[in-house]
Order: sequence, then C-alpha cells, then structure tokens
Amino acid sequence: MFAVEVHNLRKEFFRRDATRTRGRKRRRRVAALEGVTFTIERGECVAILGQNGSGKSTLVRLLSTLLLPDGGSATIFGHDVVKDSRAVQRLVNRVSVEASFFKKMSSEENLAYAARFYGLPPRVTKTAIPEILGRVGFPVGRRHEGMEHLSRGMQQKVALARALLTSPVLLLLDEPTTGLDPRSKLEVQDFIRDVWASHDATILLCTHDLREAEVLADRVGILDRGRLIALDPPEVLKEQFEAETLEDAFFAATGRTFEEEEDEDAERGVFA
Amino acid sequence: MRSEFIGLYGMVERNWYLIKRYAWWEIAFFFWTAANTLTIVFIAKGVEATGGKVNLDELTTILLIGAVMWSYLGIIFELLIETVAWERWEGTIEYTFMAPLTRAVHLLGTGIFAIGYGIVRAGVVFVAIAAFFGLHMPNANFATALVLIAVASVSFVGIGMMTAVLPLISPEKGTQFGYVAQGLMLVVSGVYYPVTVLPAFMQAIAKISPATYALRGERSAILDGATVSQVWGDIWPMVIIGVVSVPLGIWVFRRGELHAKRHGKLKRSG
Repeated sequence: MFAVEVHNLRKEFFRRDATRTRGRKRRRRVAALEGVTFTIERGECVAILGQNGSGKSTLVRLLSTLLLPDGGSATIFGHDVVKDSRAVQRLVNRVSVEASFFKKMSSEENLAYAARFYGLPPRVTKTAIPEILGRVGFPVGRRHEGMEHLSRGMQQKVALARALLTSPVLLLLDEPTTGLDPRSKLEVQDFIRDVWASHDATILLCTHDLREAEVLADRVGILDRGRLIALDPPEVLKEQFEAETLEDAFFAATGRTFEEEEDEDAERGVFA
Repeated sequence: MRSEFIGLYGMVERNWYLIKRYAWWEIAFFFWTAANTLTIVFIAKGVEATGGKVNLDELTTILLIGAVMWSYLGIIFELLIETVAWERWEGTIEYTFMAPLTRAVHLLGTGIFAIGYGIVRAGVVFVAIAAFFGLHMPNANFATALVLIAVASVSFVGIGMMTAVLPLISPEKGTQFGYVAQGLMLVVSGVYYPVTVLPAFMQAIAKISPATYALRGERSAILDGATVSQVWGDIWPMVIIGVVSVPLGIWVFRRGELHAKRHGKLKRSG
C-alpha cells in the first residue's frame, strides 16, 4: 500500500476580475491543479517544487482534508481524503509557511490546545510538550511566554513541535523554512532530517527552495501551473533535462524564464 | 468516545486560556455591560421622575432581567460566532479543521464554555445592579430561574451554532450578519416590553424565539416566585426548540464547512 496515492486530482477556483460587466464583476474558473497523478512510498521523502501559484499549497490542503477536489482521487494509507476524512486526519499533520498560533497564548497552551483534538489528555501533554519543545531546539524555559514575544524562527519550531506532538505518519511540509533566517532555516532542515530518520514518517515537502529539495528529498517533483511535469530523484531529473543543477533542470522542465513565470503567476492569481 | 471528550475539554480549556490572556479586555467588557445595564434600568426611575405612575421596584426588576438576559444571550452568540472568526483571524482555522474532531464536539465545547462563562458574568452583573438599586425581590424563586436559564441555554446554543456558520461561508461579512441575527431575535422576544405590544407579524416570530419564553419565565420566577411547574408553559417550548435547534445547528454548520472546503474558504483571513 502506498503512503500517498493521488490519481488525476483536479481543483479549480473561481476568481473575480476587477473589471465589471453590466455592473457585476466577472467570475472565471482558474485551475489550481490539473490531473495530478503520483504515489509516495511509506517512509519516503518527496519534495514538490513550484513557484508561487503553481498549486503546491492546494495539493497540501487537499491531502489534509481542508479542500474538496473537483475530480480525481487521493488516498492516504488507503483512506480516501473525502470519503474517509476522519481516518486521514488521524494520520496526517502539517507545517505551513505561516506558523499560525493564538498570539497571546503561550507555546505550551497552543500545543495543549492542538493536542486535545488528537485525544491527548493533560497528563500526557504535561510531560510531552516540554520534551518535544526541547527536541526541536526551543528553549523550554520560554514555553510560558506568549507567542507574540517569540521570533519567527522560534514560532516555526513550535509549529514543528505541534505537528510532531500528534505522531503523524504523514507529515505535510508546506514551505516550512520560507522567511526564516539562514541559521533557523538550517536548524529546521536538520530537524526534518532527524524526524525522518528516527520516526517511521513519510514526508511530502512543498517548497520553492531548490537546494532544500535536493538536500532533503529522495525524489523531487516539478509542479508547474497545476501540472506535475516530473517526479524523479534529483540526479535523474538533471540527467533527463541535461542540466548541471536542479535549478537548470527546473527551468528546462518548465520551459520558461523565472521573470516570465512571475508575470504569469500574477495573471493566474496565487492560490490557496 | 474518550478522545471526543478530550477534544471537548480542549475547546473549554482554550477559551479559558484566552480569557486569562485577554484579562483586561474582560474587565473592560464587564464594565461596559454593567454601564449599559445601568442606563437601561435607570429608565424606570426616569419614568417615575417625569410623572409616570409605575411600580418602581417591579419595573426596575423587569428591565434588569431584560438587560441581563440580553447580555447573556450576547455572550453565547459572540463566543459561537468567534468559533470560526477568531480562528480565521489568528490563522489556526486550518489546524483546527484538519484535526480528527467531530464538528458536534467542536461546537458543543464552545457552547458549554459559553454557558458557564455567560452565567458567571451575567450573574455578577445581575447581583451588582440589584445591589446598586437596593432591589429586594422577596418572592424570587432563584431555583426556577436557574432551571429556566439552563433550558434556554440549550436552544440559545443551537441557534448560535447556526449563526456560527456565517463567518465560515462569508469571511468578510459573516460575523456582522451573526450580530444581525442576534439583534432580530431580541427585538421580537420582549426584552424590555411585553411581546403583546409588537405588531402581529413580530408576535408570530416571537413564538419561535426561545428568548421570548426565557424572559417571560424568568420574570415570573423572580417577581412572582413561580415554581417550575408554574412556568412549565414556558419551559416546554424551549425544550422543543432546543431538541430541534442543536442537531439542526450542527447540520447547518457541517453544510457550511463543506461549502467552505469546496470554495477554499477554510484559511486565514485578516
């Protein structure tokens, strides 16, 4: 059984145009994911590369049951994300680009709140929270401070702790190091590597950091304008596109320059 | 089942953390509620001072019950509406909605906290204002009053769940429409006046508002010392509304959640 099995997955959103027709803003369909198909083996780390608006976050949100697909299917360890969403929710957790916490509440309170939803009672979290915070390199003595007093890097470590506290078998990482300073970025990457090695976890990492993808993942996928155009080990990708670096391979695969892609992203709109 | 209870406890616990962390907001809101209640209750003295012939203690108590019930209902509605609105604002909405927790537990956890917190806050305001005006209420039957508020709370939570869906389907306008629903409910329920003074169509709507029965029953219990059996006529309609509104509220919220998942609205905003 695959950890993740995605078949012909599609998602569209409606976007309102700024221009009006007969006094009303025109709505048009924009495809965020177009027939995406792939599988991930248990214990594998797969990175999906893509620019802003390529559909990475939409994919993560579909797999974490926050979106309903318009077509196709996705299963997590054999459980359908739509029909068996509760079972999927027990197996999955995620870290996204924004740490997202109740800012006035402390890291300990935020983690306790998240843990309760996964059935962890106070007697468990009383010891588990300081332990996991220590593991992610968070100064345990600061766990009673409000989140608003913590740096962005610290908050992202708490976000990692939140995801790991529930022992997920599939960890969805949606640009977990974006916006972090170089030191925090390396710390978070080290920790991801450590979790992957020490837990029986499968990791799907969505990023636009080519170096991060190459360093962390077994296989790298290229998601371009909602289409998965490649998914192979980094070396195979380089060979396939006759490129020296993953960056060259990425641009050879997408067939466009970075500047052109940015403009088209603006046209497509940045998806959820 | 055990993990659902832990999840329910988690909702109560989180709201308690927020109350503690926003303690100054709580103090400010308490004084605002107390001041607002005072301005309404002073109307009784105003009527007398301008030549009106009224039973001052009775009118003061009627207005006090109305103002306190208004604030209690407001607390329940606000907390339920904020179930989504606050999480959307903080960005935690995605983590809460991807957790393996039934929506019933999610909403009931908030509802239970809202009832407990609302009763404490409204109770303190009631006692403080009653003491300020030196109201004696010699006939009051507080046991009946508590039974009435307990029964009314179930239906308030059920209707509150239906309004909680509004910020889910409309991130920008949902919260405001929730307040509109709350206001409409109170205007038809005889909060400071008998329902009989309302136009016929409003009296018809009042029949399906649990606040109508809660206010009438509370006034009977506190002014006339009515027993539970004497206010049964106000209790049974609230029981029926509660039995219908709680499952209906959960169903409506679930439909709203599916709509939000289909249109990508379960995400941070603000």
